[in-house]
Amino acid sequence: MIDPNLFQLVCFYAFAAVTVAAALAVITLKNSVHAVLALVLTFFSAACVWLLAEAEFLAIALIVVYVGAVMVLFLFVVMMLDINQEQVREGFIRFLPVGIVVALVMLAEMLALIGVRAMRAVSMGPNPAEAAGLSNTAWLGRALYTDYLLPFEVAALILTVGVVAAVALTLRKRRGVRHQDAGEQVRVDPRSRIRIVKMDAVRAQAPAPKEPQA
Amino acid sequence: MGEQILNQVVWPVVYILCIAVPLILAVAMFVYWERKVIGWMHVRMGPNKIGPLGLLQAFADVVKLLIKEVILPTNANRFLYYLAPLLALVPAFAAWSVIPFGERMVLANVNAGLLYLLAMTSMGVYGIILAGWASNSRYALLGAMRSAAQVISYELAMGLCLVCVLVLAGSLNLTDIVHAQAGGKGLLDWFWLPLLPVFVIYFVSGVAETNRAPFDVAEGESEIVAGFHVEYSGSAFAIFFLAEYANMILVSFLASVLFLGGWLSPFPPSWGWIGQGSFAWLFVKAFVFAFLFLWFRASFPRYRYDQIMRLGWKVFIPISIVWVLVAGCMKYFGWVVTGA
Repeated sequence: MIDPNLFQLVCFYAFAAVTVAAALAVITLKNSVHAVLALVLTFFSAACVWLLAEAEFLAIALIVVYVGAVMVLFLFVVMMLDINQEQVREGFIRFLPVGIVVALVMLAEMLALIGVRAMRAVSMGPNPAEAAGLSNTAWLGRALYTDYLLPFEVAALILTVGVVAAVALTLRKRRGVRHQDAGEQVRVDPRSRIRIVKMDAVRAQAPAPKEPQA
Repeated sequence: MGEQILNQVVWPVVYILCIAVPLILAVAMFVYWERKVIGWMHVRMGPNKIGPLGLLQAFADVVKLLIKEVILPTNANRFLYYLAPLLALVPAFAAWSVIPFGERMVLANVNAGLLYLLAMTSMGVYGIILAGWASNSRYALLGAMRSAAQVISYELAMGLCLVCVLVLAGSLNLTDIVHAQAGGKGLLDWFWLPLLPVFVIYFVSGVAETNRAPFDVAEGESEIVAGFHVEYSGSAFAIFFLAEYANMILVSFLASVLFLGGWLSPFPPSWGWIGQGSFAWLFVKAFVFAFLFLWFRASFPRYRYDQIMRLGWKVFIPISIVWVLVAGCMKYFGWVVTGA
Protein backbone atom coordinates (compact mmCIF):
# COMPACT_ATOMS: atom_id res chain seq x y z
CA MET A 1 0.00 0.00 0.00
CA ILE A 2 1.13 3.52 -0.72
CA ASP A 3 0.81 5.68 2.33
CA PRO A 4 -1.07 8.92 1.41
CA ASN A 5 0.97 10.93 3.89
CA LEU A 6 4.22 9.66 2.46
CA PHE A 7 2.99 10.37 -1.06
CA GLN A 8 2.06 13.89 -0.01
CA LEU A 9 5.52 14.40 1.46
CA VAL A 10 7.16 13.15 -1.73
CA CYS A 11 4.95 15.51 -3.75
CA PHE A 12 5.85 18.40 -1.49
CA TYR A 13 9.57 17.85 -1.93
CA ALA A 14 9.15 17.42 -5.68
CA PHE A 15 7.17 20.66 -6.05
CA ALA A 16 9.51 22.49 -3.69
CA ALA A 17 12.54 21.29 -5.65
CA VAL A 18 10.96 22.47 -8.91
CA THR A 19 10.14 25.83 -7.31
CA VAL A 20 13.70 26.37 -6.13
CA ALA A 21 15.23 25.16 -9.39
CA ALA A 22 12.94 27.42 -11.42
CA ALA A 23 13.71 30.37 -9.15
CA LEU A 24 17.42 29.76 -9.68
CA ALA A 25 16.83 29.55 -13.41
CA VAL A 26 15.16 32.97 -13.34
CA ILE A 27 18.41 34.63 -12.28
CA THR A 28 20.82 32.44 -14.22
CA LEU A 29 19.22 31.99 -17.65
CA LYS A 30 20.74 34.19 -20.35
CA ASN A 31 17.65 34.63 -22.49
CA SER A 32 15.29 37.02 -20.73
CA VAL A 33 12.16 35.41 -22.23
CA HIS A 34 13.32 32.06 -20.86
CA ALA A 35 13.87 33.72 -17.48
CA VAL A 36 10.30 35.05 -17.46
CA LEU A 37 9.01 31.58 -18.31
CA ALA A 38 11.05 30.14 -15.46
CA LEU A 39 9.38 32.69 -13.19
CA VAL A 40 6.00 31.43 -14.43
CA LEU A 41 7.07 27.91 -13.52
CA THR A 42 8.13 29.16 -10.09
CA PHE A 43 4.69 30.63 -9.46
CA PHE A 44 3.00 27.52 -10.77
CA SER A 45 4.92 25.11 -8.57
CA ALA A 46 4.50 27.44 -5.58
CA ALA A 47 0.75 27.21 -6.23
CA CYS A 48 1.09 23.41 -6.24
CA VAL A 49 2.79 23.55 -2.84
CA TRP A 50 -0.06 25.72 -1.51
CA LEU A 51 -2.58 23.25 -2.88
CA LEU A 52 -0.86 20.53 -0.87
CA ALA A 53 -1.28 22.75 2.19
CA GLU A 54 -5.03 22.84 1.42
CA ALA A 55 -4.97 26.55 0.64
CA GLU A 56 -6.85 26.03 -2.59
CA PHE A 57 -8.17 29.57 -2.97
CA LEU A 58 -4.74 31.17 -2.59
CA ALA A 59 -3.17 28.62 -4.92
CA ILE A 60 -5.67 29.17 -7.72
CA ALA A 61 -5.71 32.94 -7.16
CA LEU A 62 -1.93 32.88 -7.55
CA ILE A 63 -2.32 31.17 -10.91
CA VAL A 64 -5.18 33.40 -12.09
CA VAL A 65 -3.57 36.67 -11.04
CA TYR A 66 0.15 36.11 -11.47
CA VAL A 67 0.44 33.37 -14.08
CA GLY A 68 -2.65 34.37 -16.02
CA ALA A 69 -2.34 38.14 -16.03
CA VAL A 70 0.75 39.72 -14.48
CA MET A 71 3.31 37.42 -16.09
CA VAL A 72 1.60 37.70 -19.47
CA LEU A 73 2.11 41.47 -19.35
CA PHE A 74 5.66 40.89 -18.15
CA LEU A 75 6.31 38.57 -21.08
CA PHE A 76 4.75 41.17 -23.34
CA VAL A 77 7.21 43.83 -22.20
CA VAL A 78 10.25 41.56 -22.28
CA MET A 79 9.43 40.43 -25.81
CA MET A 80 9.02 43.98 -27.05
CA LEU A 81 12.28 45.20 -25.51
CA ASP A 82 15.36 44.42 -27.52
CA ILE A 83 17.59 43.71 -24.56
CA ASN A 84 21.30 43.62 -25.22
CA GLN A 85 22.44 40.55 -23.30
CA GLU A 86 26.10 41.63 -23.20
CA GLN A 87 25.28 44.95 -21.58
CA VAL A 88 23.06 43.31 -18.96
CA ARG A 89 25.87 40.92 -18.02
CA GLU A 90 28.46 43.69 -17.64
CA GLY A 91 27.57 44.82 -14.15
CA PHE A 92 27.65 41.32 -12.68
CA ILE A 93 31.03 41.48 -10.93
CA ARG A 94 30.55 45.09 -9.86
CA PHE A 95 27.20 44.42 -8.15
CA LEU A 96 28.17 41.02 -6.79
CA PRO A 97 29.36 42.28 -3.33
CA VAL A 98 26.13 44.25 -2.79
CA GLY A 99 24.10 41.23 -3.86
CA ILE A 100 25.97 38.93 -1.49
CA VAL A 101 25.44 41.33 1.44
CA VAL A 102 21.71 41.57 0.74
CA ALA A 103 21.44 37.80 0.38
CA LEU A 104 23.29 37.20 3.64
CA VAL A 105 21.14 39.69 5.56
CA MET A 106 17.98 38.09 4.19
CA LEU A 107 19.26 34.62 5.05
CA ALA A 108 20.06 35.68 8.62
CA GLU A 109 16.65 37.26 9.05
CA MET A 110 14.83 34.23 7.72
CA LEU A 111 16.83 31.86 9.90
CA ALA A 112 16.17 34.04 12.95
CA LEU A 113 12.46 34.06 12.21
CA ILE A 114 12.34 30.29 11.74
CA GLY A 115 14.48 29.83 14.86
CA VAL A 116 12.19 31.97 17.03
CA ARG A 117 9.15 30.07 15.89
CA ALA A 118 10.85 26.73 16.41
CA MET A 119 11.98 27.66 19.93
CA ARG A 120 8.53 28.89 20.92
CA ALA A 121 7.19 25.78 19.21
CA VAL A 122 4.32 27.78 17.77
CA SER A 123 2.41 25.29 15.73
CA MET A 124 -0.04 26.41 13.08
CA GLY A 125 -2.95 24.75 14.87
CA PRO A 126 -5.68 22.86 13.09
CA ASN A 127 -6.89 23.98 9.68
CA PRO A 128 -9.48 26.68 10.59
CA ALA A 129 -11.57 25.99 7.50
CA GLU A 130 -11.80 22.32 8.40
CA ALA A 131 -12.62 23.20 12.02
CA ALA A 132 -15.47 25.44 10.84
CA GLY A 133 -16.69 22.73 8.47
CA LEU A 134 -16.44 24.98 5.40
CA SER A 135 -14.53 24.81 2.16
CA ASN A 136 -11.32 26.78 2.10
CA THR A 137 -12.76 29.45 -0.20
CA ALA A 138 -15.96 29.87 1.81
CA TRP A 139 -14.04 30.19 5.07
CA LEU A 140 -11.60 32.70 3.60
CA GLY A 141 -14.46 34.75 2.17
CA ARG A 142 -16.27 34.81 5.47
CA ALA A 143 -13.12 35.80 7.37
CA LEU A 144 -12.24 38.55 4.89
CA TYR A 145 -15.69 40.07 4.70
CA THR A 146 -16.63 39.89 8.38
CA ASP A 147 -13.62 39.84 10.73
CA TYR A 148 -11.22 41.70 8.46
CA LEU A 149 -13.60 43.86 6.44
CA LEU A 150 -11.93 47.19 7.23
CA PRO A 151 -8.33 46.15 6.42
CA PHE A 152 -9.61 44.40 3.30
CA GLU A 153 -11.45 47.47 2.07
CA VAL A 154 -8.49 49.70 2.90
CA ALA A 155 -6.22 47.43 0.88
CA ALA A 156 -8.68 47.57 -2.02
CA LEU A 157 -8.79 51.36 -1.81
CA ILE A 158 -4.99 51.61 -1.79
CA LEU A 159 -4.79 49.44 -4.89
CA THR A 160 -7.40 51.59 -6.62
CA VAL A 161 -5.43 54.72 -5.75
CA GLY A 162 -2.38 53.00 -7.23
CA VAL A 163 -4.22 52.35 -10.48
CA VAL A 164 -5.49 55.93 -10.66
CA ALA A 165 -1.99 57.23 -9.92
CA ALA A 166 -0.45 55.08 -12.64
CA VAL A 167 -2.98 56.34 -15.15
CA ALA A 168 -2.56 59.95 -14.02
CA LEU A 169 1.23 59.71 -14.34
CA THR A 170 1.19 58.37 -17.89
CA LEU A 171 -1.83 60.21 -19.26
CA ARG A 172 -0.75 63.10 -21.44
CA LYS A 173 -3.00 65.43 -23.30
CA ARG A 174 -1.58 65.78 -26.76
CA ARG A 175 -2.79 68.35 -29.19
CA GLY A 176 -3.68 67.47 -32.73
CA VAL A 177 -4.77 63.92 -31.91
CA ARG A 178 -7.92 62.78 -33.67
CA HIS A 179 -10.24 60.80 -31.45
CA GLN A 180 -13.29 58.83 -32.40
CA ASP A 181 -16.32 59.23 -30.20
CA ALA A 182 -18.43 56.16 -30.65
CA GLY A 183 -21.48 57.85 -29.13
CA GLU A 184 -21.24 60.69 -31.60
CA GLN A 185 -20.80 58.25 -34.47
CA VAL A 186 -23.94 56.40 -33.48
CA ARG A 187 -25.95 59.60 -33.10
CA VAL A 188 -25.21 60.71 -36.67
CA ASP A 189 -28.31 61.33 -38.71
CA PRO A 190 -27.90 59.77 -42.16
CA ARG A 191 -29.96 62.55 -43.74
CA SER A 192 -27.34 65.14 -42.80
CA ARG A 193 -24.61 63.17 -44.56
CA ILE A 194 -26.17 61.84 -47.70
CA ARG A 195 -28.84 63.08 -50.08
CA ILE A 196 -30.84 60.42 -51.86
CA VAL A 197 -32.00 61.49 -55.29
CA LYS A 198 -34.86 59.67 -56.95
CA MET A 199 -34.36 59.20 -60.68
CA ASP A 200 -36.20 57.27 -63.30
CA ALA A 201 -34.36 54.29 -64.59
CA VAL A 202 -32.77 55.08 -67.93
CA ARG A 203 -31.40 52.50 -70.29
CA ALA A 204 -27.82 53.32 -71.11
CA GLN A 205 -27.12 53.90 -74.79
CA ALA A 206 -24.89 51.29 -76.29
CA PRO A 207 -21.57 52.94 -77.18
CA ALA A 208 -21.02 53.45 -80.86
CA PRO A 209 -18.70 50.79 -82.38
CA LYS A 210 -15.17 52.03 -82.61
CA GLU A 211 -13.89 53.03 -85.95
CA PRO A 212 -11.09 50.74 -87.04
CA GLN A 213 -7.92 52.75 -87.04
CA ALA A 214 -6.68 53.59 -90.39
CA MET B 1 -1.86 -2.69 -3.73
CA GLY B 2 -3.42 -3.95 -6.95
CA GLU B 3 -6.84 -2.60 -6.00
CA GLN B 4 -5.34 0.74 -5.03
CA ILE B 5 -3.64 1.07 -8.41
CA LEU B 6 -6.89 0.11 -10.12
CA ASN B 7 -8.97 2.65 -8.20
CA GLN B 8 -6.54 5.54 -8.19
CA VAL B 9 -4.72 5.18 -11.49
CA VAL B 10 -6.55 2.98 -13.98
CA TRP B 11 -10.12 4.20 -13.48
CA PRO B 12 -9.25 7.91 -13.52
CA VAL B 13 -7.32 7.38 -16.74
CA VAL B 14 -10.33 5.59 -18.23
CA TYR B 15 -12.61 8.45 -17.14
CA ILE B 16 -10.25 11.01 -18.63
CA LEU B 17 -10.21 9.12 -21.92
CA CYS B 18 -14.03 8.99 -21.78
CA ILE B 19 -13.96 12.80 -21.93
CA ALA B 20 -10.91 13.45 -24.09
CA VAL B 21 -11.62 11.03 -26.95
CA PRO B 22 -15.23 12.17 -27.53
CA LEU B 23 -13.97 15.75 -27.26
CA ILE B 24 -11.46 15.20 -30.06
CA LEU B 25 -14.14 13.53 -32.18
CA ALA B 26 -16.51 16.39 -31.37
CA VAL B 27 -13.89 18.87 -32.58
CA ALA B 28 -13.56 16.95 -35.85
CA MET B 29 -17.31 16.90 -36.39
CA PHE B 30 -17.60 20.53 -35.29
CA VAL B 31 -15.09 21.57 -37.94
CA TYR B 32 -17.11 19.66 -40.53
CA TRP B 33 -20.35 21.22 -39.24
CA GLU B 34 -18.79 24.69 -39.34
CA ARG B 35 -17.74 24.28 -42.97
CA LYS B 36 -21.15 22.90 -43.87
CA VAL B 37 -23.13 25.61 -42.06
CA ILE B 38 -21.03 28.45 -43.37
CA GLY B 39 -21.30 26.88 -46.81
CA TRP B 40 -25.10 26.89 -46.58
CA MET B 41 -25.09 30.46 -45.31
CA HIS B 42 -22.97 31.41 -48.32
CA VAL B 43 -25.25 29.37 -50.63
CA ARG B 44 -22.46 26.86 -51.28
CA MET B 45 -22.33 23.11 -50.77
CA GLY B 46 -19.55 22.88 -48.21
CA PRO B 47 -17.43 19.71 -48.06
CA ASN B 48 -19.29 16.90 -49.82
CA LYS B 49 -16.71 14.70 -51.53
CA ILE B 50 -15.11 12.51 -48.88
CA GLY B 51 -17.41 9.93 -47.33
CA PRO B 52 -21.21 10.16 -47.25
CA LEU B 53 -22.24 13.86 -47.21
CA GLY B 54 -18.56 14.71 -46.82
CA LEU B 55 -18.60 13.44 -43.24
CA LEU B 56 -15.04 12.11 -43.41
CA GLN B 57 -13.59 15.41 -44.61
CA ALA B 58 -12.29 16.34 -41.14
CA PHE B 59 -10.51 12.99 -40.75
CA ALA B 60 -8.95 13.34 -44.19
CA ASP B 61 -7.69 16.77 -43.14
CA VAL B 62 -6.24 15.37 -39.92
CA VAL B 63 -4.36 12.66 -41.81
CA LYS B 64 -3.09 15.24 -44.27
CA LEU B 65 -1.85 17.48 -41.46
CA LEU B 66 -0.20 14.62 -39.58
CA ILE B 67 1.86 13.44 -42.54
CA LYS B 68 3.02 16.93 -43.44
CA GLU B 69 6.41 18.19 -42.35
CA VAL B 70 6.62 20.55 -39.37
CA ILE B 71 8.81 23.34 -40.64
CA LEU B 72 11.04 25.24 -38.23
CA PRO B 73 11.62 28.83 -39.40
CA THR B 74 15.14 30.20 -39.58
CA ASN B 75 16.44 31.48 -36.24
CA ALA B 76 13.28 30.35 -34.49
CA ASN B 77 13.61 29.32 -30.88
CA ARG B 78 13.40 25.56 -31.34
CA PHE B 79 12.36 24.62 -27.79
CA LEU B 80 9.64 27.22 -27.37
CA TYR B 81 8.46 26.75 -30.95
CA TYR B 82 7.62 23.12 -30.25
CA LEU B 83 6.43 23.77 -26.69
CA ALA B 84 3.89 26.47 -27.62
CA PRO B 85 1.24 24.23 -29.26
CA LEU B 86 1.27 21.98 -26.20
CA LEU B 87 0.91 24.98 -23.87
CA ALA B 88 -2.18 25.95 -25.85
CA LEU B 89 -3.61 22.43 -25.83
CA VAL B 90 -3.08 21.38 -22.21
CA PRO B 91 -5.23 24.08 -20.51
CA ALA B 92 -7.92 23.66 -23.19
CA PHE B 93 -8.26 20.00 -22.23
CA ALA B 94 -7.53 20.32 -18.51
CA ALA B 95 -10.48 22.68 -18.05
CA TRP B 96 -12.85 19.86 -19.03
CA SER B 97 -12.15 17.93 -15.84
CA VAL B 98 -14.59 20.01 -13.75
CA ILE B 99 -17.49 20.19 -16.23
CA PRO B 100 -20.53 18.36 -14.80
CA PHE B 101 -22.28 16.45 -17.60
CA GLY B 102 -25.06 15.25 -15.37
CA GLU B 103 -25.95 14.36 -11.83
CA ARG B 104 -22.70 12.89 -10.42
CA MET B 105 -21.27 12.72 -13.97
CA VAL B 106 -18.17 14.79 -13.36
CA LEU B 107 -14.52 13.82 -13.40
CA ALA B 108 -13.42 16.06 -10.51
CA ASN B 109 -16.12 17.51 -8.28
CA VAL B 110 -13.85 20.18 -6.80
CA ASN B 111 -15.08 22.90 -4.48
CA ALA B 112 -13.29 25.70 -6.31
CA GLY B 113 -14.35 24.52 -9.77
CA LEU B 114 -15.15 27.96 -11.12
CA LEU B 115 -11.79 29.34 -9.98
CA TYR B 116 -10.04 26.36 -11.52
CA LEU B 117 -11.75 27.09 -14.83
CA LEU B 118 -10.68 30.70 -14.65
CA ALA B 119 -7.10 29.62 -13.98
CA MET B 120 -7.06 27.14 -16.85
CA THR B 121 -8.58 29.47 -19.41
CA SER B 122 -6.17 32.24 -18.42
CA MET B 123 -3.19 29.96 -19.03
CA GLY B 124 -4.10 29.21 -22.64
CA VAL B 125 -2.73 32.59 -23.69
CA TYR B 126 0.86 31.41 -23.11
CA GLY B 127 0.66 29.04 -26.05
CA ILE B 128 -0.38 31.93 -28.27
CA ILE B 129 2.24 34.40 -27.06
CA LEU B 130 5.09 31.92 -27.18
CA ALA B 131 4.06 30.69 -30.61
CA GLY B 132 4.14 34.26 -31.84
CA TRP B 133 7.49 35.05 -30.32
CA ALA B 134 9.29 31.78 -30.99
CA SER B 135 8.35 31.80 -34.69
CA ASN B 136 10.73 34.70 -35.32
CA SER B 137 8.23 36.30 -37.65
CA ARG B 138 6.72 39.78 -37.53
CA TYR B 139 3.24 38.69 -38.51
CA ALA B 140 3.23 36.01 -35.84
CA LEU B 141 4.47 38.43 -33.18
CA LEU B 142 1.84 41.03 -34.09
CA GLY B 143 -0.87 38.38 -33.94
CA ALA B 144 0.36 37.17 -30.57
CA MET B 145 0.39 40.71 -29.14
CA ARG B 146 -3.12 41.42 -30.34
CA SER B 147 -4.36 38.11 -29.06
CA ALA B 148 -2.76 38.46 -25.62
CA ALA B 149 -4.15 41.97 -25.09
CA GLN B 150 -7.58 40.82 -26.17
CA VAL B 151 -7.65 37.71 -24.03
CA ILE B 152 -6.53 39.59 -20.91
CA SER B 153 -9.10 42.35 -21.43
CA TYR B 154 -12.02 40.02 -21.94
CA GLU B 155 -10.96 37.75 -19.11
CA LEU B 156 -11.79 40.57 -16.71
CA ALA B 157 -15.32 40.95 -18.01
CA MET B 158 -15.70 37.18 -18.01
CA GLY B 159 -14.43 36.94 -14.43
CA LEU B 160 -16.97 39.54 -13.27
CA CYS B 161 -19.75 37.57 -15.00
CA LEU B 162 -18.64 34.48 -13.10
CA VAL B 163 -18.75 36.53 -9.88
CA CYS B 164 -22.44 37.30 -10.55
CA VAL B 165 -23.15 33.60 -11.03
CA LEU B 166 -21.38 32.58 -7.86
CA VAL B 167 -23.09 35.33 -5.84
CA LEU B 168 -26.47 33.90 -6.82
CA ALA B 169 -25.44 30.25 -6.50
CA GLY B 170 -23.42 30.77 -3.34
CA SER B 171 -20.86 28.21 -4.45
CA LEU B 172 -17.86 27.78 -6.71
CA ASN B 173 -18.72 24.15 -7.33
CA LEU B 174 -20.22 23.71 -10.79
CA THR B 175 -22.54 20.91 -9.69
CA ASP B 176 -23.86 23.13 -6.89
CA ILE B 177 -24.32 25.97 -9.38
CA VAL B 178 -26.53 23.71 -11.52
CA HIS B 179 -28.46 22.57 -8.42
CA ALA B 180 -29.02 26.22 -7.49
CA GLN B 181 -30.83 26.66 -10.81
CA ALA B 182 -33.25 23.81 -10.19
CA GLY B 183 -36.83 24.66 -9.30
CA GLY B 184 -40.45 24.13 -10.09
CA LYS B 185 -40.61 26.50 -13.03
CA GLY B 186 -38.20 24.84 -15.45
CA LEU B 187 -36.28 27.30 -17.60
CA LEU B 188 -37.62 30.33 -15.71
CA ASP B 189 -35.51 29.26 -12.72
CA TRP B 190 -32.25 29.35 -14.58
CA PHE B 191 -29.75 32.14 -14.09
CA TRP B 192 -30.13 33.60 -17.57
CA LEU B 193 -33.24 35.47 -16.46
CA PRO B 194 -31.94 37.35 -13.38
CA LEU B 195 -28.52 37.71 -15.03
CA LEU B 196 -29.61 38.46 -18.58
CA PRO B 197 -27.07 41.23 -19.38
CA VAL B 198 -24.30 39.22 -17.78
CA PHE B 199 -25.31 36.15 -19.75
CA VAL B 200 -24.93 38.06 -23.03
CA ILE B 201 -21.63 39.58 -21.89
CA TYR B 202 -20.33 36.18 -20.84
CA PHE B 203 -21.00 34.57 -24.17
CA VAL B 204 -19.68 37.49 -26.24
CA SER B 205 -16.56 37.58 -24.03
CA GLY B 206 -16.24 33.85 -24.61
CA VAL B 207 -16.25 34.46 -28.34
CA ALA B 208 -13.60 37.15 -27.91
CA GLU B 209 -11.56 35.01 -25.54
CA THR B 210 -11.36 32.17 -28.07
CA ASN B 211 -10.29 34.69 -30.75
CA ARG B 212 -13.21 33.82 -32.97
CA ALA B 213 -14.96 36.01 -35.52
CA PRO B 214 -15.97 38.82 -35.21
CA PHE B 215 -13.15 39.26 -32.69
CA ASP B 216 -10.50 37.39 -34.68
CA VAL B 217 -8.06 40.27 -35.20
CA ALA B 218 -5.41 37.95 -33.76
CA GLU B 219 -5.47 36.06 -37.03
CA GLY B 220 -6.85 38.77 -39.27
CA GLU B 221 -6.13 37.26 -42.66
CA SER B 222 -6.33 40.56 -44.48
CA GLU B 223 -3.67 42.21 -42.31
CA ILE B 224 -1.35 39.67 -40.73
CA VAL B 225 -1.93 36.55 -42.85
CA ALA B 226 -2.82 34.13 -40.03
CA GLY B 227 -1.56 35.69 -36.84
CA PHE B 228 0.34 33.76 -34.25
CA HIS B 229 0.32 30.39 -36.02
CA VAL B 230 1.36 31.68 -39.45
CA GLU B 231 4.65 29.74 -39.35
CA TYR B 232 3.21 26.48 -38.06
CA SER B 233 2.52 23.56 -40.36
CA GLY B 234 1.52 19.94 -40.11
CA SER B 235 0.72 18.45 -36.73
CA ALA B 236 1.83 21.53 -34.75
CA PHE B 237 -0.79 23.58 -36.57
CA ALA B 238 -3.32 20.79 -36.01
CA ILE B 239 -2.74 21.06 -32.27
CA PHE B 240 -3.46 24.80 -32.28
CA PHE B 241 -6.59 24.09 -34.27
CA LEU B 242 -7.66 21.40 -31.82
CA ALA B 243 -7.08 23.71 -28.84
CA GLU B 244 -9.08 26.53 -30.41
CA TYR B 245 -12.06 24.33 -31.16
CA ALA B 246 -11.89 22.55 -27.80
CA ASN B 247 -12.03 26.01 -26.20
CA MET B 248 -15.05 26.98 -28.29
CA ILE B 249 -16.90 23.86 -27.22
CA LEU B 250 -15.81 24.50 -23.63
CA VAL B 251 -17.26 28.02 -23.68
CA SER B 252 -20.50 26.60 -25.11
CA PHE B 253 -20.74 24.03 -22.32
CA LEU B 254 -19.86 26.60 -19.67
CA ALA B 255 -22.49 29.05 -20.86
CA SER B 256 -25.02 26.19 -20.65
CA VAL B 257 -23.89 25.11 -17.19
CA LEU B 258 -23.67 28.59 -15.68
CA PHE B 259 -26.71 30.27 -17.19
CA LEU B 260 -28.96 27.64 -18.74
CA GLY B 261 -29.15 25.11 -15.95
CA GLY B 262 -26.66 22.52 -17.21
CA TRP B 263 -28.31 19.13 -17.45
CA LEU B 264 -31.67 20.38 -16.09
CA SER B 265 -34.71 20.14 -18.30
CA PRO B 266 -36.30 23.38 -19.56
CA PHE B 267 -39.69 21.99 -18.54
CA PRO B 268 -40.97 21.84 -14.95
CA PRO B 269 -40.24 18.54 -13.15
CA SER B 270 -43.98 18.02 -12.71
CA TRP B 271 -44.35 17.32 -16.44
CA GLY B 272 -43.17 13.74 -16.16
CA TRP B 273 -40.23 12.32 -18.11
CA ILE B 274 -39.73 15.42 -20.24
CA GLY B 275 -39.13 17.47 -17.10
CA GLN B 276 -36.31 15.21 -15.88
CA GLY B 277 -32.71 16.31 -16.16
CA SER B 278 -30.39 14.46 -18.50
CA PHE B 279 -27.01 15.02 -20.08
CA ALA B 280 -28.84 15.15 -23.43
CA TRP B 281 -30.27 18.54 -22.40
CA LEU B 282 -26.77 19.81 -21.72
CA PHE B 283 -25.60 18.65 -25.12
CA VAL B 284 -28.54 20.31 -26.85
CA LYS B 285 -27.86 23.61 -25.07
CA ALA B 286 -24.15 23.44 -25.78
CA PHE B 287 -24.88 22.67 -29.42
CA VAL B 288 -27.00 25.81 -29.71
CA PHE B 289 -24.14 27.92 -28.35
CA ALA B 290 -21.61 26.19 -30.58
CA PHE B 291 -23.88 26.93 -33.52
CA LEU B 292 -23.95 30.61 -32.48
CA PHE B 293 -20.16 30.71 -32.90
CA LEU B 294 -20.57 29.66 -36.52
CA TRP B 295 -23.53 31.96 -37.10
CA PHE B 296 -21.52 34.93 -35.80
CA ARG B 297 -18.66 34.04 -38.07
CA ALA B 298 -20.84 33.96 -41.16
CA SER B 299 -22.80 37.11 -40.23
CA PHE B 300 -20.55 39.80 -38.76
CA PRO B 301 -17.63 41.70 -40.22
CA ARG B 302 -14.46 41.76 -38.14
CA TYR B 303 -14.22 44.34 -35.37
CA ARG B 304 -11.43 46.86 -35.55
CA TYR B 305 -8.82 46.48 -32.81
CA ASP B 306 -9.66 49.70 -30.96
CA GLN B 307 -13.36 48.84 -31.15
CA ILE B 308 -12.66 45.51 -29.49
CA MET B 309 -10.79 47.20 -26.67
CA ARG B 310 -13.52 49.81 -26.28
CA LEU B 311 -16.24 47.17 -26.12
CA GLY B 312 -14.36 45.16 -23.52
CA TRP B 313 -13.19 47.92 -21.21
CA LYS B 314 -15.82 50.62 -21.58
CA VAL B 315 -18.98 48.62 -22.13
CA PHE B 316 -18.71 45.08 -20.79
CA ILE B 317 -16.70 45.67 -17.62
CA PRO B 318 -18.85 48.58 -16.29
CA ILE B 319 -22.09 46.69 -16.99
CA SER B 320 -20.85 43.56 -15.29
CA ILE B 321 -19.57 45.51 -12.27
CA VAL B 322 -23.01 47.08 -11.88
CA TRP B 323 -24.64 43.68 -12.24
CA VAL B 324 -22.45 42.25 -9.47
CA LEU B 325 -24.14 44.77 -7.18
CA VAL B 326 -27.56 43.94 -8.63
CA ALA B 327 -26.92 40.22 -8.11
CA GLY B 328 -25.86 40.95 -4.54
CA CYS B 329 -29.13 42.81 -3.92
CA MET B 330 -31.11 39.97 -5.52
CA LYS B 331 -29.48 37.53 -3.15
CA TYR B 332 -29.64 39.75 -0.08
CA PHE B 333 -33.27 40.81 -0.44
CA GLY B 334 -34.35 37.40 -1.66
CA TRP B 335 -35.66 38.59 -5.04
CA VAL B 336 -34.37 35.40 -6.60
CA VAL B 337 -35.00 32.04 -5.01
CA THR B 338 -32.23 29.58 -5.82
CA GLY B 339 -32.19 25.83 -5.48
CA ALA B 340 -35.86 25.48 -4.63
